[in-house]
Amino acid sequence: MEWETVIGLEIHAQLATRSKIFSGAPTAFGAAPNTQACEIDLALPGVLPVLNAEAVRMAVTFGAAIGAAVARRSVFARKNYFYPDLPKGYQISQYEQPIVGRGQVEIALDGGGTKTVGVTRAHLEEDAGKSLHEDFHGMTGIDLNRAGTPLLEIVSEPDMRSPAEAVAYARKIHQLVRYLGICDGNMQEGSFRCDANVSVRRRGSDRLGTRTELKNINSFRFLERAIQYEVERQVDLIENGGAVVQETRLYDPARDETRSMRSKEEANDYRYFPDPDLLPVVLDEDDIAAIVATMPELPDAKRERFERAYQLSAYDAGLLTATRETADYFEAVAQGCGDAKLAANWVMGDLAAALNRDGREIADSPVDAMGLTGLLQRLRDGTLSGKLAKDVFAAMWAGEGSADAIIEARGLRQVSDVGAIEAIVDQVIAANPDQAGQLRAGKDKVMGFLVGQVMKASQGKANPAQVNEILRRKLLDS
Amino acid sequence: MSLDRADVAKIAHLARLAVDGDEADAVARDLSRILDLVAQMSVVNTGGVPPMAHPLDMPQRLRPDVVTEPDRRDDLQATAPATEAGLYLVPRVIE
Repeated sequence: MEWETVIGLEIHAQLATRSKIFSGAPTAFGAAPNTQACEIDLALPGVLPVLNAEAVRMAVTFGAAIGAAVARRSVFARKNYFYPDLPKGYQISQYEQPIVGRGQVEIALDGGGTKTVGVTRAHLEEDAGKSLHEDFHGMTGIDLNRAGTPLLEIVSEPDMRSPAEAVAYARKIHQLVRYLGICDGNMQEGSFRCDANVSVRRRGSDRLGTRTELKNINSFRFLERAIQYEVERQVDLIENGGAVVQETRLYDPARDETRSMRSKEEANDYRYFPDPDLLPVVLDEDDIAAIVATMPELPDAKRERFERAYQLSAYDAGLLTATRETADYFEAVAQGCGDAKLAANWVMGDLAAALNRDGREIADSPVDAMGLTGLLQRLRDGTLSGKLAKDVFAAMWAGEGSADAIIEARGLRQVSDVGAIEAIVDQVIAANPDQAGQLRAGKDKVMGFLVGQVMKASQGKANPAQVNEILRRKLLDS
Repeated sequence: MSLDRADVAKIAHLARLAVDGDEADAVARDLSRILDLVAQMSVVNTGGVPPMAHPLDMPQRLRPDVVTEPDRRDDLQATAPATEAGLYLVPRVIE
């Protein structure tokens, strides 16, 4: 029996505002417990929520980025449930009239080609606090710093058909929110959380199977593995005569499996109703146009522009636009040194390797765009050979200063003086008569050896192109 | 529309209200009468009327994204029944 997997994702992106969605308390990560929880976050009597304009702006930019209709009028609703890290007894969310309506994103498929994934809606809501279940004399500890942090919940259509597609979609949304600067995307800190709705059905069926919701997924790798495990579990269950139960399951990365959460006696019954503390949010055309005007260039547009303007392959342009920081870095170097191909090779090559080795982000690279530009300029004007440039890059990475300073301090200036190179070539020919003879006899293979000897004798400083030329002239043209 | 005791028990549980025995019957009767009133209103044709989210016909005012609340944890925790290490302590909840 052939099975088809159907996946939809609910992504919670924590919006990068300074203050909370309904209060003036700060949202910084990692503060001491409850030092960022004011009366509103604590739900003390008599307080009134007031909506953060920046959270609205951020939601609107996301809507525009996925080609969605931004609601001219959206409404906040109360989602009622009891849990100690939700002091009001309800979460302020949006239900019937979300701020962002239906949109779509395009994902690249593994085997080439693209696929459009529908976004059903995106709505603003507040986050809850955190419960710490370590033992406090048989009590639970509550930290409300996170309570009231703005979230944009992005709900997809059940359009994904494999774990890889789900990851591609999640990465796409991750890339978008980071480009827009509306979310830092930090999955470990919980700024970007993915819940996956997973079901299976017999191929060819157009009815959806019973789904389970997977939670507690804090990396793209775990997203893929959690779905893989869950699909196998569901197929096994059905093939053995069982049935999938609609429930929430937690992914356990240590055991690479999903486990049923203690099933609640009550089905979710949140009794949503419009929050009387908040009026409808009304945006007119001018408001929306003003917000859209502040949007940066988006990844797809940037990728196409890079392909065109810098004559990059689609693959290279994709890598260089993966994050806004990388794209900005590349573009600064390409324009600064005047050779886009060279800039692309260095950003994707030596720079990426060094960042990867040291586990750094490009934003805090020890060699910044200006630094790399300086190095590539010396490579282009012949001051440095490719080999020396790599050495200088390593020295720059170690903090020894600019390319020019290192070239000066180490005396690395490439020797391009014909007389000086000729003298070294003569020495090498005299010291290696056999190989010189072979080259004269037409054995081109020894050319590499002789060039190597000259480079060695010059301590890498001779211009290799000139060495080649002089060797040929002396041994072949005579 | 009428509610029975089981409906009342379910609603009471969702609201974490203790409603027992005879009280449940009385509550069921009262809630049923409210639903009857709603049913009466449902007769009116509201096809062209947008749902009202708020009785005030005004848009929400927005505040600038500025931190205005300093840390007042000590004051705010003074009235809490139990705290430790900066945390509010509550009866154990297990997921």
